[in-house]
Amino acid sequence: MSISKRFSAAVFVIASLTSIPALADWALNMPRGVTDISHKVFDMHMLAFWIMCVVAVVVFGAMFISILNHRKSKGAKAADFHESVAVEVVWTIIPFIILIVLALPAARTLIAQEDDSNAELTVKITGYQWKWQYEYPESGVSFFSSLAEESRNARRLDSGIDPNTIENYLLDVDKPLVIPVDTKVRLLLTANDVIHSWWMPEFAIKKDAIPGFINTMWTKVNETGTYRGQCTELCGRDHGFMPVVVKVVEKAEFNQWLAAQVESQDVQKQLAEAPQDTVEDAEKASAKVIAAN
Amino acid sequence: MASTADNHYFVPHGAYWPLVGSIGLATTTGGLAVYLNGTSAGMTIMFAGVAILIVMMFGWFGTVIKESERGQYSAWEDKSFRLGMSWFIFSEVMFFAAFFGALFYARFFSVPWLLGEGSGASTHSVLWGTYSEIWPTNGPADMGGSDFHMGWWPLPFINTVILLTSGLTVTIAHHAVIKNNRTRFIWGLAATVALGFFFVYLQAVEYQHAYHEGMTMKSGIYGSTFFMLTGFHGFHVTMGAIILLVVLIRAIAGHFTPDRHFAFEAAAWYWHFVDVVWLGLFIFVYIL
Amino acid sequence: MNAAVAETDHHDHGPAPGLMRWVTTTNHKDIGTLYLWFALIMFFIGGAMALVIRSELFQPGLQIVDPQFFNSMTTMHALVMIFGVVMPAFVGLANWMLPMMVGAPDMALPRMNNWSFWILPFGFGMMLATLFMPGGAPASGWTLYPPLSLQGGMAFPFLIFSIHLLGISSIMGAINIVATIQNLRAPGMTFMKMPLFVWTWFITAYLLVAVMPVLAGAVTMLLTDKFFGTAFFTAGGGGDPVMYQHIFWFFGHPEVYILILPSFGVVSEIIPTFARKRLFGYSSMVYATASIAFLSFIVWAHHMFTVGMPLSGALFFMFATMLIAIPTGVKVFNWVATMWRGAMTFETPMLFAIGFVVMFSIGGFSGVMLALAPVDFQYHDTYFVVAHFHYVLVPGSIFAIMAAVYYWLPKWTGNMYDEKWGKIHFWVSTIFVNLLFFPMHFVGLAGMPRRIPDYAVQFADFNAIATIGAFGFGFAQLIFVYVVFKCLRGGEKATDQVWEGAHGLEWTLSSPPPYHTFTDQPIIK
Ligand code: HEA
Ligand code: HEA
Ligand code: CUA
Ligand SMILES: [Cu+2]
Repeated sequence: MSISKRFSAAVFVIASLTSIPALADWALNMPRGVTDISHKVFDMHMLAFWIMCVVAVVVFGAMFISILNHRKSKGAKAADFHESVAVEVVWTIIPFIILIVLALPAARTLIAQEDDSNAELTVKITGYQWKWQYEYPESGVSFFSSLAEESRNARRLDSGIDPNTIENYLLDVDKPLVIPVDTKVRLLLTANDVIHSWWMPEFAIKKDAIPGFINTMWTKVNETGTYRGQCTELCGRDHGFMPVVVKVVEKAEFNQWLAAQVESQDVQKQLAEAPQDTVEDAEKASAKVIAAN
Repeated sequence: MASTADNHYFVPHGAYWPLVGSIGLATTTGGLAVYLNGTSAGMTIMFAGVAILIVMMFGWFGTVIKESERGQYSAWEDKSFRLGMSWFIFSEVMFFAAFFGALFYARFFSVPWLLGEGSGASTHSVLWGTYSEIWPTNGPADMGGSDFHMGWWPLPFINTVILLTSGLTVTIAHHAVIKNNRTRFIWGLAATVALGFFFVYLQAVEYQHAYHEGMTMKSGIYGSTFFMLTGFHGFHVTMGAIILLVVLIRAIAGHFTPDRHFAFEAAAWYWHFVDVVWLGLFIFVYIL
Repeated sequence: MNAAVAETDHHDHGPAPGLMRWVTTTNHKDIGTLYLWFALIMFFIGGAMALVIRSELFQPGLQIVDPQFFNSMTTMHALVMIFGVVMPAFVGLANWMLPMMVGAPDMALPRMNNWSFWILPFGFGMMLATLFMPGGAPASGWTLYPPLSLQGGMAFPFLIFSIHLLGISSIMGAINIVATIQNLRAPGMTFMKMPLFVWTWFITAYLLVAVMPVLAGAVTMLLTDKFFGTAFFTAGGGGDPVMYQHIFWFFGHPEVYILILPSFGVVSEIIPTFARKRLFGYSSMVYATASIAFLSFIVWAHHMFTVGMPLSGALFFMFATMLIAIPTGVKVFNWVATMWRGAMTFETPMLFAIGFVVMFSIGGFSGVMLALAPVDFQYHDTYFVVAHFHYVLVPGSIFAIMAAVYYWLPKWTGNMYDEKWGKIHFWVSTIFVNLLFFPMHFVGLAGMPRRIPDYAVQFADFNAIATIGAFGFGFAQLIFVYVVFKCLRGGEKATDQVWEGAHGLEWTLSSPPPYHTFTDQPIIK
């Protein structure tokens, strides 16, 4: 294979790989999501992506033209220019302008993301090794959410169960967080043992849950449905196994659900059990912390 | 002494001491790690390592001193040593910067956040509602020990005076060696060494006082930053004083000339550095 | 010792015989060689760990390792690759080349030079020994965030101390390099005449001296938090786990430029040689490098957009980070302009250098995307980040190191390496490295977090491809080992200049150069 053929082969490989996101299907690209913020974020992402593509084409294009034409084997003689202030200034300013084009909308999006005023509902999320606790402070409802049974069995080392046979493998929990649609929900985030991170890609929100501190974030979901994410801060052995699942329902349904939670004996029992669970876990965790200290 | 010609850089050969040094470092830290894991024999290993390190330093510096006294170094090698020492001190500055950074972060960010300032509003209201202590503090969970405030009067102030004076005496010694006034050189050095060790002594008294008041390393962020900063500083003062002591012994043995006394200067620079760090400590740890 | 001192009076003898030559050497070439071999061995160790990671990730479900061990592999892989491969390899190149490039007799502090190297095997011995300790090796990621890292078992103090040792080693190595550059340049070699490899290392060494002590401080606080009851990183005591992250990344971000600036230097040497044309914009290259170094100190929190920092902080760090694209762009454009209207040939070093420019830039582009704080909420801690940094580190730093080795190997050994196999090495590496890391962008965007041993089934295809890429890339490196050994054993003799277009002091020396390089310094006009 001649050198130029090799180069074209390499260019082809790279080009074909880069062009895949253009045919964007959700498994290749970021999901566009179901909140206004997630749409903004997605557009920001695509804007950045296409700008990077253009810059890449220009820069690599110039380079490959040079590589193909200015080669010794083609009889090229080296020119001897090696300095030009004008050119340097130009290629300092152009990237600067490109960056401003990116920075302005990014700043705007960031400011929108930070504005958690006027929330209609508050949920407190606490990260544990390795599950989430969801609390609705206004109504006193509180429960844990951990990896669903089927996934739990299948994910054991050499379990012999094919993950492909499990629905939503590793992305399913026993009890999802439930929130109403079209409602601004404020999420208070903290952790009990180590740092975790609560990520819901479809809402474009992710924040670290830090022991001893509260982080806030908010979301307002436009469409009902069940959404799936994961813990995204390494939190020890089972970091890969503490999914985040949110069920977004109509407001009326949510109120019913919440009332049922408050009233039902099940919940009472769970409340009685769960803290025990917690106490045990908390004890274990604090024993660990003490041992660690 | 052909090798000291100005265009002939001195490149020593066959260095065994670095290997000894590496073994020493590994033994010291390995021993300490074993100890921290709960095996008391680790202490013994660690001290063996320290002994190896001390032997290494005697051997290595001894070699360098011999070469120096034999006149194998010219101004050219001297400059390398100077550059090496200055960059080393810069790295030490950055080491302290990490702990000063922790102090600033705690005082300007984490403690205010825990108290509900700025983005810590929910942190305070949800988690630490009863916390109100500003500084010094042993934290919202009232972590072990007390938050007894280590004021700047009297011991820290006396220590400041001591260190500033020692900075002066070491400068006197420097001028003396340049003017080849041996007596004043030696006395200046001796005074510096004495002041240095006296500082360390007073610091020990200060620590006793702190522990007596229940203010320990375990007293939350205040105790942590206090003991980390003053502890590492005290350790540096001790090392600096030992180095100056070695220089003093060499001076008494007749080493150093008006134009060649790098070892002394390096020790003096180090001493000034320790001095400046103390001023930072005095202001940010004790006064403010 | 006395014998050693006595020897110094006659300078022209060769190396000491036998194994002790390597243990006691103060010669910059010997020490450079030691560093380079060390880095190569560690590359295979770190690479073997990466292959464990990739094997487990080949398909969904846990097949091979326990999750805890997987986390240990991730942690150790990164520590080995960064502190054991890229940094020592660059220091090795610096040791070999800086004295030859500036016309110096040796490094400024030769005995300390020996020590800088010999701490490394001890430090890494200690770090790797943790793999065999009860409770397993550290498993909190190379960033060692508390409180998780404080849950470490017996391995924990050994890890901290090994990091101290490695830090001491790099600080001393860096001090030596700065002192050499400042003090041992040949008469007439002004700063603005120094080759760019020297310049980039000069600035890198400054970064090293500035930030390695900060890392030492950070891990010391971890140690005291665990064993002495301090509360730096505990909210209950008034501290903050995030404080660690700030201190760590104040080190960590300049660190990533420590891992790339010398590569810039290498590429700036190689491209002009094979383009047979002077480097375009020498002085802007120098200023760009300095600007990158400066900016690297004020962008650290871009690794922490999700910790919940105040809006003003996030904005500042976002803007500052984006600015780094400008001086880096200047460098890329200068390389392209150097190639423009040159008379290029494509020997192996040039191939690696071109591969570097393209693939490093791809990594840089994803870096700029990561810098956009609002979108980083989506990218952070996913494989998109993993893709980003492997692009800048593997076809970035590692390719530059390969390029440098091919470029200078004939100078070091006196023999030409096997060009055919060198080119095969390049092409196989390039194809597989893209197969390995490019799909990580997709799984990352689609939602796969990093540092997980098992994943949802929709990520399966790209992970399988990445694993195939990893094994291909790994085995391609055996070709490299083959080429190096073959070249050591013999081959076509190299001329002094080696490459037709090569300029600089190192090419005026014989190939291989004499044991003591410039005992009499050349005068540069
Ligand atoms: C060699 C190492 C190296 C280098 C050089 C870089 C370079 C850059 N990095 Fe990267 N980075 C890492 C190693 C490196 N990084 C590592 C190891 C991590 C992860 C650590 C961990 O969490 O474990 C990381 C993570 C990381 C993050 C955090 C992501 C997260 O965790 O959420 C961010 C965010 O801003 C970032 C940004 C950048 C930027 C903007 C650059 C810029 O310097 C890139 C500049 C280059 C270019 C832009 C290309 C060339 C330029 C042009 C052709 C000009 C024209 C271009 C434009 C106008 C856009 N990096
Ligand atoms: C310079 C740095 C560097 C380099 C060179 C590499 C090289 C590679 N890295 Fe890594 N990597 C990091 C720095 C680096 N990495 C960092 C900083 C992290 C983050 C860690 C963290 O999250 O804390 C990371 C994390 C990381 C992950 C994510 C892990 C996770 O999040 O769980 C993965 C996954 O695929 C990976 C893969 C690889 C692979 C396949 C290579 C390949 O390039 C390796 C090439 C392979 C070889 C060279 C093998 C050669 C061996 C043989 C041919 C056979 C074996 C024979 C014997 C042993 C005798 N790396
Ligand atoms: Cu919880 Cu990761
Ligand atoms: Cu960074």
